[in-house]
Amino acid sequence: MDPTGPLSTDGLVQLLDHEGRALTDDVYSPYVANLDADELRAMWRDMTLVRAWDLEATSLQRQGELGLWVQSLGQEAAQIGSGRALRTSDFVFPSYREHGVAHVRGVDLVEILRIFRGLQHGAWTPQDHGFHMYTLVIGAHSLHATGYAMAMKRDAAQEQEPGAVVAYFGDGATSQGDVNESLVFASVYNAPIVFFCQNNQYAISESVTRQTKVPLADRGKGVGMPTVRVDGNDVIACRAVTEWALEHARSGKGPVFIEALTYRVGAHTTSDDPTRYRAREEEQYWAERDPISRLEAYLESRGELGDEFRAQVAREAAELGERTRTTVKSWTRPELLEMFNDVYALPHAGLDAERAWFDRYQRSFDTQEAAQ
Amino acid sequence: MTTLTMAGAINAGLRAAMERDSTVTLMGEDIGKLGGVFRVTDGLHADFGDDRVMDTPLAESGIVGTAIGMAMGGYRPVLEIQFDGFIFPAYNQITTQLAKMHYRSRGAITLPVVIRVPYAGGIGAIEHHSESPEALFAHTPGLRIVTPASPQDAYEMIQQSIASPDPVLFFEPKARYWDKGEVDVDRVVTQLSGAGGAAAGTAEMGRARIARQGRDVTLVAYGPTAKLALQAAELASADGTDIEVVDLRSISPLDSEAVVRSAKKTGRVVVVHEASTAFGVGAEISARVMEQAFFHLHAPVLRVGGFATPYPGATFEHEFLPNIDRVLDAVDRVMKH
Repeated sequence: MDPTGPLSTDGLVQLLDHEGRALTDDVYSPYVANLDADELRAMWRDMTLVRAWDLEATSLQRQGELGLWVQSLGQEAAQIGSGRALRTSDFVFPSYREHGVAHVRGVDLVEILRIFRGLQHGAWTPQDHGFHMYTLVIGAHSLHATGYAMAMKRDAAQEQEPGAVVAYFGDGATSQGDVNESLVFASVYNAPIVFFCQNNQYAISESVTRQTKVPLADRGKGVGMPTVRVDGNDVIACRAVTEWALEHARSGKGPVFIEALTYRVGAHTTSDDPTRYRAREEEQYWAERDPISRLEAYLESRGELGDEFRAQVAREAAELGERTRTTVKSWTRPELLEMFNDVYALPHAGLDAERAWFDRYQRSFDTQEAAQ
Repeated sequence: MTTLTMAGAINAGLRAAMERDSTVTLMGEDIGKLGGVFRVTDGLHADFGDDRVMDTPLAESGIVGTAIGMAMGGYRPVLEIQFDGFIFPAYNQITTQLAKMHYRSRGAITLPVVIRVPYAGGIGAIEHHSESPEALFAHTPGLRIVTPASPQDAYEMIQQSIASPDPVLFFEPKARYWDKGEVDVDRVVTQLSGAGGAAAGTAEMGRARIARQGRDVTLVAYGPTAKLALQAAELASADGTDIEVVDLRSISPLDSEAVVRSAKKTGRVVVVHEASTAFGVGAEISARVMEQAFFHLHAPVLRVGGFATPYPGATFEHEFLPNIDRVLDAVDRVMKH
């Protein structure tokens, strides 16, 4: 491995090694010093539930109940660790794989699947959760996130509760103009935003080495913002660096770039076939660095997980799976006229005419049938 | 003759062009080892290597912008934009740079860049994966816009596009990728190596095709809707309506002559495309028919297309897109007028 390249472990913040042994870090350990056993178990529970549901969604896609599915397998620590550092007053702009963060922000995981059943493009109200819709155009939302942070900064000047924004995106997105432009804007306006890059090492088939020759966190250095690289499969370290970064942003010190080095365990989507472009050995290497097993090993070593808690979470996962299956299968197609809704906030003559025509056209079939 | 899918025909056409001309270079996301998300470039990386089949960083503006530089440096880039809805980061490079370089340089710079775009809907995809943005580009002077409807046309037109000195947007109807057809692989080779060369090829791909002869109504279609128009024509013939189908093949230039000739013959024209009808290609065709065949018309020109909404969730797409019922409804209306 290139010691200076994008997959180097140089400067990677770790608070658990890959076998679950605790490590300390002078800068970041204090940010998780107050996490008690309940909070650590809660993070393990989140990760476990999200993964179980994720696998359920994959199986629903295979059964033809979903058009497509985008797994977050392997990225649970990066998402739950960073997500649990957020406050209600913060706002998140996800890409489209941040199911773990959605869960932490109170979005019902089952509802996410409406998008992938082709019912609608957005499946929750962003303002209700401080969690924007998924954005499929790579990196486009990083600018929205920056603008939202610029607005928050104006709010802060009026002594409202300080908040910050987290923009999630992947390694591929760092090549997009929009992402680079958002770094520039965030920097020069000193916007309260944390750029949280989950480097899962693949943009569909392309290795991160096709996007960069240096660690992705260095993108932040070029515009003068503090950067940190963290082991993305270490949920405690992810929590710690995000707590630090959000505090930095909320206190008016400006943006931060976090790179969480993780691994996309699954395919890009259910339409993808990773056997065409990556080796089994590599997948095996990362399977041995699973984020959930790592926290599990740590908790077990301290006797803090317990059979009762495990059984309870297993029951919850089974219930969530059952609810996911029955709910998704119960969703039927909405009224066709709904496709004309919400294009504009106010009436639009051209659209209204088309809607009226389509309504008459549909009814003409009823009339024909009645006449026969 | 050989039997190929449309995806296979484009693949074979790319291969033939690459074998003929070592400056032909493919650029795009996931087109290398993966062979593209639709496998249109399958096997080409293995046979031609990294320099000829370039997996690019994930940046559409970067792909088109660097291709302009590559073309100025003597290469013929053939780009893949992964999906229709992802072309927009490159919209600036395409409309303000690629389209205008020849004009601005008073002919000193030619940019033989081909941009392949899997487009249109019908495959149950999620947002931004089913769009038909051809009119946005047809409205931009300096670009040629083509879209094949059959494996034969796909095979020939991709090679004609690559040979053309002008930038070409090559829209591939993704729902037709797996449709099979007989392909004659020799004809276009003879054409491009003949006296007329690239000019003959460019002229040829600008011509519409009469996909079906008929007397009563002209259906004008292209790309994904050509097959739909032919299916509608078959059903209408059972009711005694004889439909002519014009497959445009090229949107810019638009083969007005072929459309107007058919309009004069039938006196009734219905345009069918997946893009929203408002301000679209159908409006342009309607205007040209009005200008050049007004006194031959028995009915107003009608358009059947997508509605003036964003492309809806896949569950709505069968009704959002022009379907057989809507095409036949329009045929009935022009017949009864």
